[in-house]
Amino acid sequence: MATTLFTKKPRELSYNPKRPVWKEKPSALYQTVKAVVLIVFSLSILTPILLVVSTSLADTEQLVKAGGFVLWPERPTLEAYATIFKGPMVLQSLGVSMLVTAVGTILALFVTITMAYATSRSVLFGRPVVLAVLFTLLFAPGLIPSFLMIRQLGLLDSLWSLILPGIFGAFNFVVMRSFFMNIPGELIESARIDGANDWQILWRIVMPLSKAVIAVVGLFYAVGFWNSFFNALLYINDHSKWPIQLLLRNFVVQGSGAADQLGITTTPPPQSIQMAVVVVALVPILMVYPFLQKHFAKGVITGAVKG
Amino acid sequence: MNSTTEQAPALPEARRVPGPPGGNASGSGPKKRKRSKVPQQSFRSRLRRDKQMLLMMLPGVAFLLLFFYIPILGNVIAFQDYQPYLGIGDSLWVGWQNFVDLFGNPDFVHAFWNTLYLAAWQLVFLFPVPLVLALIVDSLISTRVRRIFQSIAYLPHFLSWVLVIAFFQQMLGGAGFVNNLLRDWGMEPIPFMTNPETFPVMVVVQMIWKDAGWAMIIFLAALASIDASLYEAAAADGAGRWRRMWHITLPGLRPVIVLLLILRIGDILSVGFEQFILQRDAVGAGAAEVLDTFTYYTGVVGGGWSSGAAAGLAKGVVSALLIYGANKLAHRFGEDGIFAKQVR
Repeated sequence: MATTLFTKKPRELSYNPKRPVWKEKPSALYQTVKAVVLIVFSLSILTPILLVVSTSLADTEQLVKAGGFVLWPERPTLEAYATIFKGPMVLQSLGVSMLVTAVGTILALFVTITMAYATSRSVLFGRPVVLAVLFTLLFAPGLIPSFLMIRQLGLLDSLWSLILPGIFGAFNFVVMRSFFMNIPGELIESARIDGANDWQILWRIVMPLSKAVIAVVGLFYAVGFWNSFFNALLYINDHSKWPIQLLLRNFVVQGSGAADQLGITTTPPPQSIQMAVVVVALVPILMVYPFLQKHFAKGVITGAVKG
Repeated sequence: MNSTTEQAPALPEARRVPGPPGGNASGSGPKKRKRSKVPQQSFRSRLRRDKQMLLMMLPGVAFLLLFFYIPILGNVIAFQDYQPYLGIGDSLWVGWQNFVDLFGNPDFVHAFWNTLYLAAWQLVFLFPVPLVLALIVDSLISTRVRRIFQSIAYLPHFLSWVLVIAFFQQMLGGAGFVNNLLRDWGMEPIPFMTNPETFPVMVVVQMIWKDAGWAMIIFLAALASIDASLYEAAAADGAGRWRRMWHITLPGLRPVIVLLLILRIGDILSVGFEQFILQRDAVGAGAAEVLDTFTYYTGVVGGGWSSGAAAGLAKGVVSALLIYGANKLAHRFGEDGIFAKQVR
């Protein structure tokens, strides 16, 4: 096949190489092994997701007949969702998660952008501050002292305990800073000559140039806030302030108390109720995933190579 | 890599005129300006010049102090008999006693060895998977297949551990999908999720499911950066598929492999905290107790603040030493490691 291509359009081959001429065609066995590995890996990821979504949509009759799980809902119904949103718990925890994610991401972007910009130019104390950030990659203060700090600040059982510890990440800082460092100094200098101060330069010059990296880092933070569960386990006792992940853990993973915890009395089969909660936690991630995917590979690589 | 900031201390006012990005020979321009202007800026004038920039650092620095450096100092309670009502100031100092007690505590010793045991499993079985996946994906000719597979493989990285464990429970748990099928077929259900014996396997499988695809990215980037003409030349000289992989691909990937190994070694004592805390109830403390869960249950749940802090501190110090040692070792072998070039 390679030879036919070559005789037909030699120019285009070098421009858009399909299989380079020097590369031998792989054996059938090798091809099969590759295909099997890729398909098994993909299916192992897709099947649980399909199972969960389908089960949450299935009606009682089919679920009972199938023994609890279905891979395809025959008569899809939103009954399970109607039920979980009837009780206060799911709505409340969704609200908490959304609030924490929104406020957290905005604050995190503010802290990270200002810090990254200020240290991306050579300024007084810039170097020691960068070193202080990089040191956080090497050593962690530990669980107990962090807990005591939050308690000391009086943040136990407050949503701030879910937000504040996450508003700065060394990795995101490194990604952002290495991007800012590549912005030409002349650009900034010319703005200064025109009379802009540092804040104006950041807002009017640097940030518009960095929309892509800000989007990536923002999405990383948002996913982090949405997914975090351990902080809530540590700091939040009040059930009405549980984020969705903690609800999910207590209600699905531990499976204790199931329905009455959600403030629900009548139930479709517990299976589909549980799955509906899983889907509720899953959907926001699936929604931002296309955006993430578009940008993240680049972000990760610049971070990894530079930092 | 970037020369503009490197020269900072010598040329304070050069902040306004950093050299062209990436231009190494930018030294002469700013230097001349420096002599023609103020010979040496005083600390005070630099402070005045940079005050807005310093203001910008303030939130981040406050964060670092509040949630990183002050808590690090808080580790002194590891050397105290800390009582919450007395506070750090008035609690009794006990020296190394907490650490002595800790290493005499069979639970801690168990958690310690269990951590190393699980880490060894991860290192041996988890590490090669993304590499193999990346090699396969890189060899795909069709960009469409490639893109579809990548979209699927990266997804689980963005799911929380709670979701991942929930998925595994629904699939493999006692009342899960697979065991339902087994029962329908008249077979005995298999306790995938609750068997302490096979827990290390389960842990590795979960990690592969969640992060192997994502970890592939970095290998793919490294593979793409290998010069294709090397392959062509080798092929012309008669090197087959496997010889090319051995003599070109793997040496090309060496820096990345070393880098990831260092990171993994530094992380070795953290094995995967959320993953274990979520499953500790199901498989029992015998199999799922690691240093982090020990710290949590002793300190936060049990109220043994000082011994919890001692366990956490021991872990942190050992981890830092491991990273440092691995990095040194990498330098010895002529690789950059992680802390070589980046500190500018």
